[in-house]
Amino acid sequence: MPGLVIEREILIEAPVEVVWRTITEPDQISQWFADRVDLVVEPGAHGYMEFGDQGGPVVVEVVDPPVRLSFRWNHPRGEEPGAGNSMLVEFTLTPEDAERTRLRVVESGHELLAWPDAEKQRYADEHQGGWGEFGDRLATLLAKR
Amino acid sequence: MTPQADDELWSAIAEPSRRQVLDLLVSHGEVSASWLAERVPFSRQAVSKHLVVLERSGLISRRKQGREVLYQVEAGRLDQAARAMAELAAQWDRRLGLIKRLAETAHAETRGDRHDE
Repeated sequence: MPGLVIEREILIEAPVEVVWRTITEPDQISQWFADRVDLVVEPGAHGYMEFGDQGGPVVVEVVDPPVRLSFRWNHPRGEEPGAGNSMLVEFTLTPEDAERTRLRVVESGHELLAWPDAEKQRYADEHQGGWGEFGDRLATLLAKR
Repeated sequence: MTPQADDELWSAIAEPSRRQVLDLLVSHGEVSASWLAERVPFSRQAVSKHLVVLERSGLISRRKQGREVLYQVEAGRLDQAARAMAELAAQWDRRLGLIKRLAETAHAETRGDRHDE
């Protein structure tokens, strides 16, 4: 996939349904993400997440239990989030077997999403590793200085 | 929330053609706009535009040498960008680690296992 900001994953020793509940139930979300979560996990739902004395709106995009969840955040207060003004967070859950789930998260920024598809494709072809690789390379270069 | 790498910095790096220009500057040191234009699949004019944006974000600087203008990366600013990206990644690693612990604990409980770690 082209133009990724951040892409991370982890292998969890629990069935996919358990992982799904952990990332979608508000009382669970408040244990791994925000301090306070006011959110119904339904497509199009508007919610709010609080981090200490900060907070911001969240809008749910895709809810496809138990394999896909995405939401937008970090958009200016009072604005509808879209490709041009927010960060998109996408969770993908892949059952490895009955007891294990691979959880992947991709957070991508607005500039990246606003690109025309042709440019995204070209970029994808030229930069297989995307942002992660660029970041690693930068870090390596800087470490050498 | 997301660490505040400022917007100008992010948008400067996020655009793929600019990244290509920046990549070349990182790997080749001090070079001119014409040198860059020979190595990218877009016009000399586009290169100039990208250089303006990169310079405005503080990621590169320029210096005149004779009739030529040479560009080079600003290590400090680049370092800031790399750190911001690394910090975002580390933040997600922490969150994924918490999700793993929560899910595994919940799973162990439903199976009736003791989970006293």
